[in-house]
Amino acid sequence: MKNRSLVSISDYSREEYLKILDLAEKFENNPRQDILKGMVVATLFFEPSTRTRLSFESAVNRLGGKVLGFSDASSSSATKGETLRDTIKMVCNYADLIVMRHPLEGSARFASEVSKVPVINAGDGANQHPTQTLLDLYSIRKTQGTLENLNIFMVGDLKYGRTVHSLLMAMSEFNTTFYFISPDELKMPDEYKRYLKNKGLKYYEFKDFTDIINQADIIYMTRVQKERFSDPIEYERTKNAYILRNHMLKDSKPNVKILHPLPRVNEIHLDVDTNEKAYYFTQALNGVFVRQAIISSILGLN
Amino acid sequence: MKDVKHLVVSAIKDGTVIDHIPAKDLFKVITILGLDHIENQMTFGSNLESKKLGKKAIIKISDMFFRNEDINKIALVAPEAKLNIIKDYNVVEKKVVEVPDTITGIAKCVNPKCITNNEEITTRFSVVDKKKVILKCHYCEKITDQENMRIV
Repeated sequence: MKNRSLVSISDYSREEYLKILDLAEKFENNPRQDILKGMVVATLFFEPSTRTRLSFESAVNRLGGKVLGFSDASSSSATKGETLRDTIKMVCNYADLIVMRHPLEGSARFASEVSKVPVINAGDGANQHPTQTLLDLYSIRKTQGTLENLNIFMVGDLKYGRTVHSLLMAMSEFNTTFYFISPDELKMPDEYKRYLKNKGLKYYEFKDFTDIINQADIIYMTRVQKERFSDPIEYERTKNAYILRNHMLKDSKPNVKILHPLPRVNEIHLDVDTNEKAYYFTQALNGVFVRQAIISSILGLN
Repeated sequence: MKDVKHLVVSAIKDGTVIDHIPAKDLFKVITILGLDHIENQMTFGSNLESKKLGKKAIIKISDMFFRNEDINKIALVAPEAKLNIIKDYNVVEKKVVEVPDTITGIAKCVNPKCITNNEEITTRFSVVDKKKVILKCHYCEKITDQENMRIV
């Protein structure tokens, strides 16, 4: 992984996922280390994403490194019409590693080809967000004790949600059975279902959010966004059909955990927050350890 | 009276004949191969009858011979195309087009939010289905199929 960019979840193998997770565990036990001393990490956020940026910057700071960059495109020279190519060529002179968030899809792959230093993709449009996927894997393994043979439920917007697509790709390495719950408009795209079929994995699709979730080991919730619907009446009809409420969990498995990439709107009712099966806030904390693991392994410090 | 096989596009002495091009894609083939920039003598016919394609086009280029990797570029629009290499009015070699594993700089990515449609970048695709000619963008990872394909 040393000196290799992380652009897409498929850039890493199953063994490399596990290596990152093992390393993240070590950082969780000892999050403050000085291994990045004297190193500079550039965080280039061409669109704002406070949560992701703070998580990366916290990871670097706790390891003794320094951060430079910008938090939205208006404070970069992109507003002067500078190309991404030129921005990256300039920044890679100043940093040992680039973390980049950009609204255009494929921008991170392109940056990794232009840059002299490795690039970590912190989200390129609707395409990829691999550090999110690795922190999801970490949260799943930590709460279930394993990644093998689990029942993973994905709920909500399965059509446009990049987090569920990347998680599906990654979990397909671990003999997962998938359950997709979504309105017809937002079903899991055929290319992902074909991918599972080719790997010989089972998946089930449901339109209704029912007690089928009692079979879940992980329930991965996503936002159903209004702008995804061509018919506003259809949105009004469906928006309340995919909300998780506390009473729905009363017969669920004791080991089940609720995950959500955050921010949530109303798809997880507040009454779930006090349930010990709710894990979404701890999931976000795990992001720091996982990013520490990714940064240090790319910089060859482990 | 004996049936005479009449050639709509007249024969060439030496060069390459590209046959079985779908008629609607004739000009795409010309663009892809850069035939609009060469000085060689060239004749073509379009909307000719074809049992296989309905309407086909044919191009005959004098004194021009293609490398396989160049000719395979037209597989994107004319996967059924056949080449005859002509020497002294005789067909000395026949070639078929093969869809390559990767496509560089010919097609445009269908995704308007792809970085290649917003900055000067040479497009790159892997071919995920050679029969249906389905491309996956190296950058944004989105699928471009034949129906949505546009040539750069």
